[in-house]
Amino acid sequence: MTWVNAVVQGIMLGGLYALFACGLSLMFGVMKVINLAHGDLAVVAAYLALGVVTVTHVPTVWSFVLVVPIFAGVGYLVQRTLIQAALNRGVLTTLLVTFGLSVVIENALQQFLSANSRSLSIGSLVSDSFSIGQITIAYLDLVILVVAVVVLLGLQYFLSSSRNGRLIRAVADDREAAQLSGVNYRHVFGVAAAIAFATVALAGLAFGMYTQFDPTTGTDQLLLYAFEAVVIGGLGSLWGTLAGGILLGVAQQIGAQIHASDQLLAGQLLFLIILVLRPQGITSRRELA
Amino acid sequence: MSSVGQQAEWAGGPVPPAVTDQEPASVRVTRSRRSVLWAGMVAIAGVAVLAYLPYLVYSSTTSLLDQFFLLLIMASMWNLLAGYAGLVSVGQQAFIGLGAYFVVILGMHGLSPFASIPIVTVAGAVIGLVFWWLVSRLRSGYFAITMWVIASVCMLVIIQVSSLGGGTGIAVPGLTQSPKLLSAYTYWVTLVVTVVAIAAIYLLLRSRLGLALTAIRDDETGARSVGARVSSVQRLVFLVAAAGCAAAGALYAIDQQFIVPTAAFSVYFTAEMIFITIIGGIGTIEGPIIGTVVFFVLQQTLSSAGTWYWIVLGLVAIAVAIWAPRGIWGLFADRTGVRLFPVGYWLWPAGADQRGSNPLLRLIGR
Amino acid sequence: MTSSAADAPLLQVRGLSVHHGQLQALHDVSLEVPAGTTHAMIGANGAGKSTLLRTIAGLHHPSSGSILLDGQDITGMRPERRVAAGVALVPEGRRLFPSLTLEENLLVGMTSGRNGPWGLDQIYGLFGWMRERRGQRAAQLSGGEQQAVAIGRALAASPRVLLLDELSLGLAPVVVRRIYGLLPQLAAAGATILLVEQDVSQALAVASQVHCLLEGRITLSGAPGTMTAAQIERAYFGVAASAGNGAHQVTPSVGAALPEAGASPGAGR
Repeated sequence: MTWVNAVVQGIMLGGLYALFACGLSLMFGVMKVINLAHGDLAVVAAYLALGVVTVTHVPTVWSFVLVVPIFAGVGYLVQRTLIQAALNRGVLTTLLVTFGLSVVIENALQQFLSANSRSLSIGSLVSDSFSIGQITIAYLDLVILVVAVVVLLGLQYFLSSSRNGRLIRAVADDREAAQLSGVNYRHVFGVAAAIAFATVALAGLAFGMYTQFDPTTGTDQLLLYAFEAVVIGGLGSLWGTLAGGILLGVAQQIGAQIHASDQLLAGQLLFLIILVLRPQGITSRRELA
Repeated sequence: MSSVGQQAEWAGGPVPPAVTDQEPASVRVTRSRRSVLWAGMVAIAGVAVLAYLPYLVYSSTTSLLDQFFLLLIMASMWNLLAGYAGLVSVGQQAFIGLGAYFVVILGMHGLSPFASIPIVTVAGAVIGLVFWWLVSRLRSGYFAITMWVIASVCMLVIIQVSSLGGGTGIAVPGLTQSPKLLSAYTYWVTLVVTVVAIAAIYLLLRSRLGLALTAIRDDETGARSVGARVSSVQRLVFLVAAAGCAAAGALYAIDQQFIVPTAAFSVYFTAEMIFITIIGGIGTIEGPIIGTVVFFVLQQTLSSAGTWYWIVLGLVAIAVAIWAPRGIWGLFADRTGVRLFPVGYWLWPAGADQRGSNPLLRLIGR
Repeated sequence: MTSSAADAPLLQVRGLSVHHGQLQALHDVSLEVPAGTTHAMIGANGAGKSTLLRTIAGLHHPSSGSILLDGQDITGMRPERRVAAGVALVPEGRRLFPSLTLEENLLVGMTSGRNGPWGLDQIYGLFGWMRERRGQRAAQLSGGEQQAVAIGRALAASPRVLLLDELSLGLAPVVVRRIYGLLPQLAAAGATILLVEQDVSQALAVASQVHCLLEGRITLSGAPGTMTAAQIERAYFGVAASAGNGAHQVTPSVGAALPEAGASPGAGR
């Protein structure tokens, strides 16, 4: 693969990473919750899709129709019950609870399903690609990028123009003032969590089609990708998240070009560099921490 | 609008009484509820018994205790970080892994692993200083995951180094003693490190620094406003925890005799630390001890079923964090007021005998 | 005070005590605000004025006592339910949503869905300048403008009782006067107002009843015209103006800050 191809591949991957990141970013921006189980949720979604396909024999893409709404509902419930209970105790507790959840999910997957790597089949899409000059682009990658951008656009529109989106922004700005204005913030938190869970499910499904996954993928890879994309791009804007995802993807692909095993490391080094030089991220104007 | 004869009323009910002719109440301050002399002697006797164990029991028992003590050290360190300095780290495995590999590196240069422990401990603190520079400005959640990323980076870098065995692992050099002797040495060294670690934590929390830590734990902003130098105190605690975890890593290497990066840098070390501390009681010295016991018992009974063990533990930890956030020891201590490691202050009315009277005020160094 | 059936108290606070951890912020506070009147609370910093408003709005849970709105006990209600019941607080420091536009801030105020006279048009009618600036982000407005928007946001809930916390905070006097100039309009429209104010003269000018709070207790209540400056000063600061008029010396006591220590003697209180 040439350097140009590496960059292009990285951009493609960036859309996927941005999709992973936006749920994490949403939950942190609105509820100040860092969901350490975020990566594992994506893996659960992939396994769920696998199960749906195995049982109903529909093409993988149709399983999305079932899995994503289920996740949205689960997200609302988990937020209203477990995470809200942890939030009432404090920030420390939410970190501990989501970490505990991550461990439980990963081990439950290993216990009830196998530890082997799996993958979601996507039929003929998997190997087809087209070329523009020196650059080779896989159809699957392009589709994932387009889907990611469309979802981000939709989310942006929802947040800026809808009533619930407005309430989410208000609660994120000042939860107490929102309460004083008559907003049931717990419900708004639930809606935000539902969206976060839905996007991470979508991301997990896309990832499952793109490459292999197993019960440990969530904690080993996905959570870190999502977090790194958020930090690199900056909190507070979805376009920042997209930029972060793309930069991460590009860094990883360039790292892979240098040395096949350097892929993850390259991304993490970029993350550390940004953390030191510009902790609020590339696009954010706000102070990070 | 006023009508004649309508005066504004003094509507305040009971009025705070004047204190001008009253003398300030005199109080007495003590560090603990009862004399700790006998408690200290029991502790020393206990340690002496433990030290004698290799002469009494099989090495399988001491080996079990090695693991127990290792967990105890790690949990105590994490408790210090999170329960007192308010720093939740999901990446302490970085120091454990680095400690383990540093033992290997020193071993390659001829230094016995047992002798290298103090050096590794200090090195842990030095590395901690470097990491602190990276993460000190980060807020809780970001701090937590960034430590995880750093641990991951350390692991990935070590995997690249083929002279350290790369991804397949490496044997710890310098462990050439006979098995019986080796197991005894391992045990003693582990015991010493455990005692030193717990003693260090106890003394730290009893000192003025400990008071600052308790203030930070309870209210960071408030602590800053009364002049507690929050970030330098947190840095010190971070370094102590780094050193402690590095020492734990050294012990791990000695115990395992063969280390692999993915195991040495496993996030499950942190999972153990977190669950033990939460269940046992965060923010108390006794908590990690209780938690380690619970953990250990569970580990032995659910032994081979690795995944069930983590599922149960995770669920219990979540439940405890939400519904009994003070943990097992917290519940016990709240009811009885017992402190095995007294670090707080008690205020008694003047002239009151400690036994049988109620304290005026209890600053609990939880 | 003259009273008729129409002056039945809309807002009643009975024996309210509020603790912040071990510190008691309000001691057994009672208050009645009849419909259509404007009451003011004055007092030094830390006296408990904001705590009282925030407790009425539902942000603090009282350790004892009750709050009644038109006879209905709202003490256990969550803040957002109280807004639906007709209580709206304009919090200290404005607390607009900085990333939302002016209009969006007002729209959030309508979340509770109360049917009432205050819609966007009516609010823009009250504050003429808002209509053109409605797309501007709240963070870019001046302090006085933000205060107006905060009031508008509370009005958007069409409240029966309007709680105003320190309107004058951080604003220039001319701006403060302009804002307070609105209150008679609101009163004329039938609003019941309970406001907290550091600026005593401003409070005396707009209210029909003034209450003074000191260390969590009401030390003075009455119509502005019936109070002497000396009385207000005494109630405000707790210092005796002169001996011989039977006033108690009310310097703060250390012991009052400690938790009740049961039967321990010598603990101060």
